[in-house]
Amino acid sequence: MIQQSLPDERGHFGPYGGRFVPEILMAPLEQLEQAYLEARQDPEFQRELNELLRHYAGRPTPLYYARRLSQFLGGADIFFKREDLLHTGAHKINNCLGQILLARRMGKTRIIAETGAGQHGVATATVSALFGMECVVYMGLEDMRRQRLNVFRMRLLGAKVIGVDAGSRTLKDAISEAMRDWVTNVATTHYLLGSALGAHPYPMMVRDFQRVIGLEARQQILEQAGRLPDVLFACVGGGSNAIGLFHPFLEDESVQMVGVEAGGRGPELGSHAARFTCGSPGVLHGTYSYLLQDDDGQVALTHSVSAGLDYAAVGPEHAWLHDTGRVEYVAVRDEEALEAARLLARTEGLIPALESAHAVAEAIRRAPAAKGQIFLVNLSGRGDKDIDIYREHFRELDEAGDANLPTF
Amino acid sequence: MDLIELGVPFSDPVADGPVIQRASERALKAGTTLRGVLEVAEQIRGRSQIPILLFSYLNPVLRFGFARLAEEAAKRGIDGCLLTDLSVEEAEDYVATMARCGLDTVFLAAPTSTDRRLQLVSRYSSGFIYLVSRTGVTGERDRLSEAARTLVERVRAITSLPLALGFGISKPEHVAEAGTLVDAVVVGSAFVRIIEQKAGTTELEESLEKFARQLSQALPRRS
Repeated sequence: MIQQSLPDERGHFGPYGGRFVPEILMAPLEQLEQAYLEARQDPEFQRELNELLRHYAGRPTPLYYARRLSQFLGGADIFFKREDLLHTGAHKINNCLGQILLARRMGKTRIIAETGAGQHGVATATVSALFGMECVVYMGLEDMRRQRLNVFRMRLLGAKVIGVDAGSRTLKDAISEAMRDWVTNVATTHYLLGSALGAHPYPMMVRDFQRVIGLEARQQILEQAGRLPDVLFACVGGGSNAIGLFHPFLEDESVQMVGVEAGGRGPELGSHAARFTCGSPGVLHGTYSYLLQDDDGQVALTHSVSAGLDYAAVGPEHAWLHDTGRVEYVAVRDEEALEAARLLARTEGLIPALESAHAVAEAIRRAPAAKGQIFLVNLSGRGDKDIDIYREHFRELDEAGDANLPTF
Repeated sequence: MDLIELGVPFSDPVADGPVIQRASERALKAGTTLRGVLEVAEQIRGRSQIPILLFSYLNPVLRFGFARLAEEAAKRGIDGCLLTDLSVEEAEDYVATMARCGLDTVFLAAPTSTDRRLQLVSRYSSGFIYLVSRTGVTGERDRLSEAARTLVERVRAITSLPLALGFGISKPEHVAEAGTLVDAVVVGSAFVRIIEQKAGTTELEESLEKFARQLSQALPRRS
């Protein structure tokens, strides 16, 4: 039947995915796959992971009915899956705990990672501290500038943060640099990739570690609403929080799913990260998927106000879910995400990460026309790290407070 | 020199060190495309019969199309191709398409490659096999790695194809040592560094020629 049994044994989701890396990394990826498949079957591994998720990270996370926001919009009933409440402030910790256990099992002593918004870098630095491993995080200089707080958090946790001065100085360039480190230090080092992308087995493994989001949410909505939701919403950078939420619902045919990409400043190439709207299939960072590229196959620059969505490619399983029509992908612009964040803050007291604000914006857009429907939105991260950007955008608040806004 | 590796620049060269990364950036900024590189090959072929190997990351070639590349490359006198990030597992279609136009397909073998992988690499390779001397990205190093010697022995045991050794080979001493092990040595970053330093000056050609001579003189004489 459909998607849940994918990928195949070579890491393909339909035509997408696979393993496109220099030969040096092929055997290490085979070893990682083998180690992961063994760990997945090992009850002791699962027990240890579940304990950490529960007592260290704070699972299960609540499913919260947003009564005031729903009433204000006058349509759908909106529920939020509160991944923002996890330790380190986003869903990234789910995957990091799984992979650090795997790294220890494989005898690795050094952890490297890429980060965009810094959430995955912080989560990686956190689990590395917890397991006493050396940790190096690669981060584009532009992202270091706009996510300063997270850079300091990583350093406080004992990680070395290395700025990457290449390309657009964002997530793409950080991944390239992490791959170069891995190629060089592969004997001692585990590359703790933070999203459901890259070469097989990463898209499968990261998805599996994030499925806990959807598994919990499915059970919670059945308990709280007595039925399945009508529409799921999640933002899609690489796509790990989205695939984690969507995957356990794939066989529930009545459940619609919407993945929300970064529409940035507008539709011109270089001004957004809308891979499905404007991209075409290609290979970047080890996987075949939708990619923003020019006519010569050079990877395009991207822009998003949200560093975590600012990436030229997308996880290969999303490419397949797009082509099969199971998931709908849309783009939300910077402005819309920022306004959604403000509305959520004022109606519910929740300040979302800018990434998650994209998913919230799409739900807000559709809610008024969806009376009687249940929307389930993944609030994948909290907005503490984005306060500087919010502050820059809503400058009037610094002077007049919010007195001139209508009350809800 | 017995063979030219003609590189196609890519925006995200994950297997390359800083020297080739900077060269790729310069080339892209100057408007270099795969089509442009094919034209360069044609110009070289106009005055020399030296074998030419086209060297690229996969995505620019995917965009161009395997069939179109095979046809155009053969027409312009290119002898073979190496795609850095195309693993043998994904290469069936590519190898068949290149072979139809008489082009060799060179694959990389690395110190990390398992025996099973080396078998696959030798099965899909034609022309020669390119051995990666050590783990890491391209770039110069002080000494040739021990891993290189072991890898050469492992690959020799399973193939009669000629073997080339590259990655980190930048000095006459490296060439002298590598020349006793393999049939060809590959020097990339060291040449590109000279181009970076001397581009636009009158010394460029002389510097490249002098360096090439030093390297080839270091090679052990063949009987």
